[in-house]
Amino acid sequence: MINYVWFFMIAIGIIVAIITGNIDSINMAIVEDASEAVMFAIGLTGIMAVWLGLMNIAEKSGLIRSFSKLLTPVTKLLFPDIPKGHPAMSAIVMNMVANMFGAGNSATAIGLKAMEEMNTLNNNKRRATNAMCMFLVINMSSIQLIPLTVIKIRADAGSLAPTEIIGTTLIATTISTVVGILSAKILEKKE
Amino acid sequence: MIGILKILSIAIIPAMMSIILLHGYINKVNLYDAFVEGAKEGFQSALRIMPYLIAIFIAIGIFKRSGALNILVNIISPIAKLVGVPKEVIPLAIMRPISGSGALGVVNEIITEYGPDSFVGRVASTMMGSSETIFYTMAVYFGVVGIKDSRHTLPAALLSHVASIIASVFICNIVFG
Repeated sequence: MINYVWFFMIAIGIIVAIITGNIDSINMAIVEDASEAVMFAIGLTGIMAVWLGLMNIAEKSGLIRSFSKLLTPVTKLLFPDIPKGHPAMSAIVMNMVANMFGAGNSATAIGLKAMEEMNTLNNNKRRATNAMCMFLVINMSSIQLIPLTVIKIRADAGSLAPTEIIGTTLIATTISTVVGILSAKILEKKE
Repeated sequence: MIGILKILSIAIIPAMMSIILLHGYINKVNLYDAFVEGAKEGFQSALRIMPYLIAIFIAIGIFKRSGALNILVNIISPIAKLVGVPKEVIPLAIMRPISGSGALGVVNEIITEYGPDSFVGRVASTMMGSSETIFYTMAVYFGVVGIKDSRHTLPAALLSHVASIIASVFICNIVFG
C-alpha cells in the first residue's frame, strides 16, 4: 500500500512540476526535505534514548509487568491477541498516556518500543498483526486532550477565547477514535 | 476542568519519570546502569527510522512543492462541499493526514485570514486538534519493525480521519453556529 502511495506522490509531483514549469521545486524537495528528515530523526534521538533508558529501568523493576496486568481488563477488548501481562501492553498504554497529554516525541519513542514488543508476537514478520493495526489506528486518530499548538496559534492571532475549541476538539476526536476502532475491528475480520 | 488538564499536560512526563525511578529504587535496580543500557538503543532506533523518514519527507515535499497537492485539493473540494464542509477548511482536511507541519501552516493561514473567532477559524482549530498525520506515522512505526504489509491500517485510519472532519464541522455548527 505505502509502496503505491509513495510512488504516485513522487510521480504525480514530478509530472505536475514539468507541466507547470516548476521543475526546480523537485530539486528543492530532494535537498531540503531529505536533510530535514535527518534533522528530525537526530532531534528525536535524545528523547528516544531517555525513554528507552527509563523503560529499561521499568522492565527490570517489574513495573511494566504489574502495570500491564493492572490494565488487562481495559485493553483486552482492543488487543485480544496480546497475552496478559505482556510488556507490549504497558508500552501501548504509556504511549497513549503520553499522547493524551501532548508529549508527542516521548509518545513516539514509547510507541516504537510498543511496535517492537508487538512484533515479538508476530509469526509473519512482513505482515502487520491485528494489534499493530489497532494500535496505529488509535494513535493516528489523535487522542490528545489539549491541542496546545492550536491554542497558541489562536492566542497569537488575538482570539478572545483561544481555549473555546477544547470542548469541540474533545468531542470530534472521541468520535474519530471510535470510528477508527470500529473500522479496524470490522476490516480485520474481512481479510 | 481545562485548568486541571493544562497542569496535567505539563506534569505528566515528570510524573511518569518519577514513578519509574522510585519503583526502580525501591526494587533495588541499578538505575544508572539500566538507564544507560536502555538509552543505547535510542541511537539505533533513530538510525533505523531515518531512511523511512527521508523517503516519506521527500515524497511529501515533492508532492507539496510541485503544486500537485493544490490540484488534489481542487479535485476533492466539490465532493467535500457536498457533505457540508466549508470550502475554506478543505485544504486543511486534505493536508492534515499528509503533513503535520504543512497542516499547521494551513491553520495559521486560515486563522490569519478569517480570524480565530470566525466560524471557519473555529472549525479549522477543531479539525487540527482532532486528527493526526497518517502517512508519516505509518512509515515510521511500520518501518522500525520492518513490516511491509500494513493490511487495513490505512483504510481504517482514513475512515477515522473523514469522521474527524465531519464531526468537527457538525459540532462547531451546534456549539458556535
